Amino acid sequence: MSAIAGHGAAVHIERCGKTFPDGTQALAPASLDIVSGETLVLLGPSGCGKTTMLRIIAGLEQPDAGGRVLFDTNDMTPVPIEQRNVGMVFQSYALFPNMSVSDNIGYGLKIRGIDAKARAARIKEMVALTNIGGLEDRRIDQLSGGQRQRVALARAVAIRPRVLLLDEPLTALDASLRDRLRGELNRLLRSLGITTIYVTHDQAEAMELGDRIVVMRKGAIAQIGTPREIYFTPQSRFVAEFVGAANIVEGPVIGRRLMLTGGSLALQEAADIAAAVAMIRPETIRIVGQGDASLTGIIDSVSFIGDRLRLVVTGAAEKPLVVDAPNTIVAGIGDHVGLSVAPEAIRLLPRED
Amino acid sequence: MSHRTFVWICLLPLVVVTIAFFLLPIAQLVVVGATGPRGLSAYLAILTEPRYRATMINTVVLAAATTIATLVIATIAGLFLQRHRFPGRAVLIAMLTFPLAFPGVVVGFLIILLAGRQGLIGAISNAVSGEKIVFAYSIFGLFLGYLYFSIPRVILTIMAAVQKLDVGLEEAARSLGASPWAVQRDVVLPALGPAFVASGAIAFATAMGAFGTAFTLATNIDVLPMLIYTEFTLAANFSISAALSIGLGVIAWAILALARSFSGGAVAAAG
Repeated sequence: MSAIAGHGAAVHIERCGKTFPDGTQALAPASLDIVSGETLVLLGPSGCGKTTMLRIIAGLEQPDAGGRVLFDTNDMTPVPIEQRNVGMVFQSYALFPNMSVSDNIGYGLKIRGIDAKARAARIKEMVALTNIGGLEDRRIDQLSGGQRQRVALARAVAIRPRVLLLDEPLTALDASLRDRLRGELNRLLRSLGITTIYVTHDQAEAMELGDRIVVMRKGAIAQIGTPREIYFTPQSRFVAEFVGAANIVEGPVIGRRLMLTGGSLALQEAADIAAAVAMIRPETIRIVGQGDASLTGIIDSVSFIGDRLRLVVTGAAEKPLVVDAPNTIVAGIGDHVGLSVAPEAIRLLPRED
Repeated sequence: MSHRTFVWICLLPLVVVTIAFFLLPIAQLVVVGATGPRGLSAYLAILTEPRYRATMINTVVLAAATTIATLVIATIAGLFLQRHRFPGRAVLIAMLTFPLAFPGVVVGFLIILLAGRQGLIGAISNAVSGEKIVFAYSIFGLFLGYLYFSIPRVILTIMAAVQKLDVGLEEAARSLGASPWAVQRDVVLPALGPAFVASGAIAFATAMGAFGTAFTLATNIDVLPMLIYTEFTLAANFSISAALSIGLGVIAWAILALARSFSGGAVAAAG
């Protein structure tokens, strides 16, 4: 494995935008630096420009004039994809149906003129790495979805790419398989140390796999940060709501308190805002006795999810609050409850009107 | 009425029509071929008699050459037309597929206008070099005519197959370092395999049996349908023409079966 690991390039994207011939702007000029060996996730809803960004890095799309793509210090902008030495995994896997599993994995090596013996050795290594032993001679249509995904990954990694590009590689799989492969993929990417750019619309995937996450919206970068930063300190309402579950509450801030319909909550810092917008994650709200709570409400619904209880509380804020409570508490619909939130868990967001 | 009975009743018209208009005439043809003055050896004669054998080989070679040339031209043109958008594209496709509407006689006529004794090519070559080039009445004229009506049939099938190609496959090959040529060789052409077999089979069978063009151009070329016609109408040699007809059918069928078995892997893999 050491032979494959640790040769990732740093990727620099300078003012890369993309406008299609019909005039629609898929990507506003954006700059991004990706450290060698890092896994960067491009996260966003469909149409946010994440795939366009990936295709520009791959060399499948040319950025608008003025944009540049660099691998380390080499300007790759004019270099076609076949000379960029990137490994790519497609959402559809795009495995060659006219070749066996090992021919698929070995295709990039064959194109590079690597002799049959060295090729066989590398294929063997890849087969072991991606856990697909015994499938080498199968045809592609004899493989399950999960197996295809592994073959696609083995094929992309076999060429020892400078940058590994993954376009929604788990989206086509069913949920339980997706969860398992996500963990496997995570371990594999960590052990390889290749610079990886991973496109997904699934925030759980982004959280688990990304060293850093780039949240994108409508062809622009909304926020860049580590999974923790993105989750705990979103800079906009869009990021707060797209990543994880979020209660967005509105009310005036007076002194160090956020005033809501059912009471008030203490903030970390003093401010004076006539109409503030704040995010509170459901799991940071605790159900407490009504007496000593500064915020109260009425339980509107209770769902038992297994590992926790999901409550909807009305009357506390203008809109019902979602609360994730431990599965041990006893709560009934119509109960008057007190709510408590740690000041650092309340995140003020800029107004977007 | 049980479900089974109902299905059989629905099938009955098809069975009747098949027997009356398909199986019976063919059976009759087989019988006629075997009951002439030569008896069963009429079937042998189509192979042993030099004239018949030469015609048979001519026809197969001509049909094969037509098929290969058509596939080459139609694949290049089909790939280009499906992948590029340019002004006049629709008109060009309409023009390319226009010959579908022409009977063989008209195609033969066009070839004479192009390369016949009063043809365009003859006039030009006469003006340029003083020598009149005429090839409409040769096997090359026939080849050109067959090409003319085979290309539209094949190009539409290829275009439909190109449209269904997963662009991701080509992008994946390129990401692995494949040059544009290698992408065509390793990804595009194998994926088009089933379309080649299907449309090539039609082109081959059509070229084997084409009569109108051969009849219009007919001078010094003998192809199987012409031979059958002359044996039947001029020589009233019913048994030989019946035997030749069966031979024509068997050859066309056998080559189609062969092509299909060769592409078996490709057909299954593309599924």
